[in-house]
Amino acid sequence: MKLSAAMAAALLVASALPAAAQVSDNKVKIGILNDQSGVYADFGGKWSYEAAKMAVEDFGGKVLDMPIEVVTADHQNKPDIASNIARQWYDTGQVDAIMELTTSSVALAVQGLSKEKKKINLVTGAATTELTGKQCSPYGFHWAYDTNALAVGTGGALVKAGGDSWFFLTADYAFGYSLEAQTTKFLTSNGGKVVGSVRHPLSNADFSSFLLQAQSSGAKVIGLANAGLDTANAIKQASEFGIVAGGQRLAALLFTLAEVHGLGLEAAQGLSLTEGFYWDRDDASRAFGKRFFERTKRMPNMIQAGTYSGVTHYLKAIARAGTDDTEKVAEAMRAMPVDDVFAKGGIVAKNGRMIHDMYLMEVKKPEESKQPWDYFKVLATVPGDQAYIKPSESGCPLAQ
Amino acid sequence: MTMVFGVPLQALLGQLLVGLINGSFYALLSLGLAIIFGLLRIINFAHGAQYMLGAFVAYLLLAYAGIGYWGALILAPLIVGLAGAAIERLALSRLYDLDPLYGLLFTFGLALAIEGSFRYVYGSAGQPYAVPQALTGARNLGFMVLPNYRGWVVVASLAICVATWLAIEKTKFGAYLRAATENPTLVRAFGVNVPLLLTFTYGLGAALAGLAGVMAAPIYQVSPLMGSNIIIVVFAVVVVGGMGSILGAVVTGYMLGLCEGLTKVFYPEASNIVIFVIMAIVLLIRPAGLFGRTA
Repeated sequence: MKLSAAMAAALLVASALPAAAQVSDNKVKIGILNDQSGVYADFGGKWSYEAAKMAVEDFGGKVLDMPIEVVTADHQNKPDIASNIARQWYDTGQVDAIMELTTSSVALAVQGLSKEKKKINLVTGAATTELTGKQCSPYGFHWAYDTNALAVGTGGALVKAGGDSWFFLTADYAFGYSLEAQTTKFLTSNGGKVVGSVRHPLSNADFSSFLLQAQSSGAKVIGLANAGLDTANAIKQASEFGIVAGGQRLAALLFTLAEVHGLGLEAAQGLSLTEGFYWDRDDASRAFGKRFFERTKRMPNMIQAGTYSGVTHYLKAIARAGTDDTEKVAEAMRAMPVDDVFAKGGIVAKNGRMIHDMYLMEVKKPEESKQPWDYFKVLATVPGDQAYIKPSESGCPLAQ
Repeated sequence: MTMVFGVPLQALLGQLLVGLINGSFYALLSLGLAIIFGLLRIINFAHGAQYMLGAFVAYLLLAYAGIGYWGALILAPLIVGLAGAAIERLALSRLYDLDPLYGLLFTFGLALAIEGSFRYVYGSAGQPYAVPQALTGARNLGFMVLPNYRGWVVVASLAICVATWLAIEKTKFGAYLRAATENPTLVRAFGVNVPLLLTFTYGLGAALAGLAGVMAAPIYQVSPLMGSNIIIVVFAVVVVGGMGSILGAVVTGYMLGLCEGLTKVFYPEASNIVIFVIMAIVLLIRPAGLFGRTA
């Protein structure tokens, strides 16, 4: 019964399509939806849109002989605005897949909508593990990193390197709590301990008061469980108060190349952070970085490189499936390994998680930096199977 | 160790000093705002944008003209002040006869436009600006490490506040300014160029914001958003101090900085609302503000 219904549906769909092309509306349209004017405008922003366009150009501009189009919009970090745009894109804009989706609340909202509309969404900008956990979707993918990978990288690896007592500066909202909680989990299981923490309001300009508390706690590592401008200001002011010079180490739990660039090496030196990509990793990444730089005057971080990778993988999957039908493309995306400039031997798990290696970085001292954007030393590589939650333990019903 | 309400005395002193530093910025910013409101009756919502402009001018002077902090400390307020004067002459001066609401809406729109353009060009992660060489380092005060630059901010802003207050309250020029706002027609009859005085006043207010911006640049990221983050607090300071009261703005600026510092010790989660709680209480008990005269 079920089978015949499915076949009938398939026939209906097929008859509505021109016989030759298996692509709806005679084009493949990808929407890049992210923050382009707020606190995450450099984290992903219009640079992610550039990365997506670059991926399409590198793919040849066509898939299955149909043109590929990339559109973009600013969701202002508001789930309601994001959902409205996504709905319009799916309903009347002929958009086949929405990608990037910085900010966890936005990513969860759009993933829910995409599931309902049976469309592909691929998240590179948001951090929450919920996307591939309880709220996973058969058509939803999470590509560049997540809070677990950041916690394993920065929390776990730093403890092994001797940073076994921590003081947290935590942004006073859900994202901050979950970063702190997950990092604490890996800290304690590796023999570290948390000696104190303080919760600061979101968009806090002055951290000196909190830094003084962290300084007097005597913790070896000060963990910054916040994001964007908050992290940047905390790091800048920590350098002013001589915290790193005094022997304490700063660990930013969500910080990328773009924010280090904004801060400058003078203030950021010695900082530990985890990313899924570094442009100066191998020849391929350097070549990619150079081409990206020529377009944008900046080097890509893991969000932008991840968006390039995600778009490319999606297009490859369409080519492999021979159609842009959501079910078949999602199936093809899971079937293929991810081997590109972003990830080597990446696996797309059943819960939608793309499992790949992460890198624990230390920011170089100004005198160690040989050229513009030469910012990171790779301290350790965290293998993908350690960085990410096992799909079977993620809580996602699809992976049970 | 001596304890005060369960907090070590040393930590408390440190936090009070940090509060004083933040208070310096509040005082400097609310000073300009109070001058503009007191003399022009304009609620200058562009004040945050002018503060941000000051920081950006300093950054741009360094990046493109090689002019460092000390040069910027003079040039940036001058540039922001001139831009302010141009805005007053071209736009605000046409709004004086209308409801004050129009001035508020205009400056609010202006602030959004300026911030939006900077965000478009420079992104929002912010640009770095180093502490000037002469003020790097820190000294150990026993109870806390005080970065030299922050010490300088407290001293400099105190001096600027006192100087501005003296200039307006005690000099002949200040008397003209105050008279021109009380009764422009009469002052004009004495042969004083009133429109020019008003232009100068707005320029001065903007320049003070620009100056605060330059002083903030080495501490905070030079970001298009830095103004909108602080402007609401500064408005609260002005309201608590009494709209238009210059002395009130300065004293309240430092006082609320200290209150905020203390809150960060005892209940950090409330540190960004404590100023508004105080504002609400003051408005209930003394609607004209602590130093305001009831109209």
